[in-house]
Amino acid sequence: METTESTIRQTALYNQHVQLGAKMVPFAGCLMPVSYEGINVEHENVRNKLGVFDVSHMGEFIFKGEKAAELIQKLTSNDVSKLTDGKVQYSCIPNHSGGIVDDLLVYRIDQNTYMLVVNASNIEKDWQWFLSRNTEGVEMHNISDKTSLLAVQGPLAAEALQQLTDMDLKGMTYYTFSKGKFAGIENVLVSATGYTGAGGFEIYFENSSADHIWKSIMEAGAKHGIKPAGLGARDTLRLEMGFCLYGNDIDDTTSPIEAGLGWITKFSKEFTNSEALKKQKEEGVKQKLAGFEMEERGIPRKDYDILDANGRKIGRVTSGTQSPTLQKAIGMGYVESEFAAPGSTVFISIRDKAMKAKIVKVPFIKN
Amino acid sequence: MNFPDNLKYTKDHEWVRVEGNEAVIGITDFAQSELGDIVFVEIETEGETLDKDAVFGTVEAVKTVSDLFMPLSGTVSQFNKALEKNPETVNRDPYNEGWMIRVKMSDASQVNDLMSAADYRAMVGG
Repeated sequence: METTESTIRQTALYNQHVQLGAKMVPFAGCLMPVSYEGINVEHENVRNKLGVFDVSHMGEFIFKGEKAAELIQKLTSNDVSKLTDGKVQYSCIPNHSGGIVDDLLVYRIDQNTYMLVVNASNIEKDWQWFLSRNTEGVEMHNISDKTSLLAVQGPLAAEALQQLTDMDLKGMTYYTFSKGKFAGIENVLVSATGYTGAGGFEIYFENSSADHIWKSIMEAGAKHGIKPAGLGARDTLRLEMGFCLYGNDIDDTTSPIEAGLGWITKFSKEFTNSEALKKQKEEGVKQKLAGFEMEERGIPRKDYDILDANGRKIGRVTSGTQSPTLQKAIGMGYVESEFAAPGSTVFISIRDKAMKAKIVKVPFIKN
Repeated sequence: MNFPDNLKYTKDHEWVRVEGNEAVIGITDFAQSELGDIVFVEIETEGETLDKDAVFGTVEAVKTVSDLFMPLSGTVSQFNKALEKNPETVNRDPYNEGWMIRVKMSDASQVNDLMSAADYRAMVGG
């Protein structure tokens, strides 16, 4: 709240949020809705029905040219050569010291055109990272400021949105996308992605269409019980799935192997720091990101200590909340690897008291 | 937002209702709204005598945690046990059913240092 109004950005939908009575907070330099009616209500509505999130603060880069795939292949951990046109891949950008610059989505639009979707807080860092390593003349466009992004999430998403487009939403498989006409607007990209585990779509379009598309989605979703949802619910939804949040669970110092992102770290190719990460994977890591459920009362929060039964510090909490679905306190954190197995007992230091917790497999909820 | 005139307020967003030599204490409508969905209220100071500004408990919401501060010095004579089962009462009815503690005041003149409803409203911009 220290930031003044003049330096902080707004999304194209700022006025919609204010009219809906959203609580607006600055996040990554942008005023964003954290909640409208309340986190629990919004969370449950997305899990069971349908919700819409304005996530226009996210960054989008377009990379074009014969060497575009090669640049992305060299700088990200997943294998871009596995992508075909219309497919999306979750990946991360490793740094040279074992950490992660950012996690991202890579969209293959065609053989020589890719879209990268990055975290709002890392737009500038990522852009410079790619720009300074673009030695083969890949054409790079940062379209973040002119692009809006809505995540329409929930089991009723396809049914509600299908009336707005000829693109086959009901038949769109997870992590694929189409580009076409949506709510009468040309050139809208719709992908079957999202970070809630509730199913649904992410819809990319130009800012000038934002009000029209927002209203069209709200109207189309009305009979399905659509509600706007804020960043608060987005956080509880992603945490119930055990999805990493950059800045919490992963950052410049945590390795993808430690973070359980081995599945997007492919050693069939060479990329930034791949030798060292391969060694980690083969030899094992000292600490691992693990999910846990509280067995005693208390809510784990970022940076709380994780202790063993003797009170020795064995790790730190990176995310925590009260799970609206489970009605239990859950969290994730890095612990010494010997404590990372499901079933292990650990203790979370909450206001100087050691509260019992149990390591569990993520996702915390089963769909 | 609702800030009843018959209550006194603190800069830490507690309200105080004076009943004889006792004070009933809770958090304001503004505070519950800022915290969002309240998950539990932890008060383990029943029977203790605490100074003004001391921490008498903690509120955990989905998104955040916040300490609760004594608006004035006194002995915590009772805490609202109904909140153990239904902490969301604080969101729904912060001034009545959502009360948190009763305090036997050590120095009733400290009430004069608290804010009026109008001053508090001005502070939170409500």
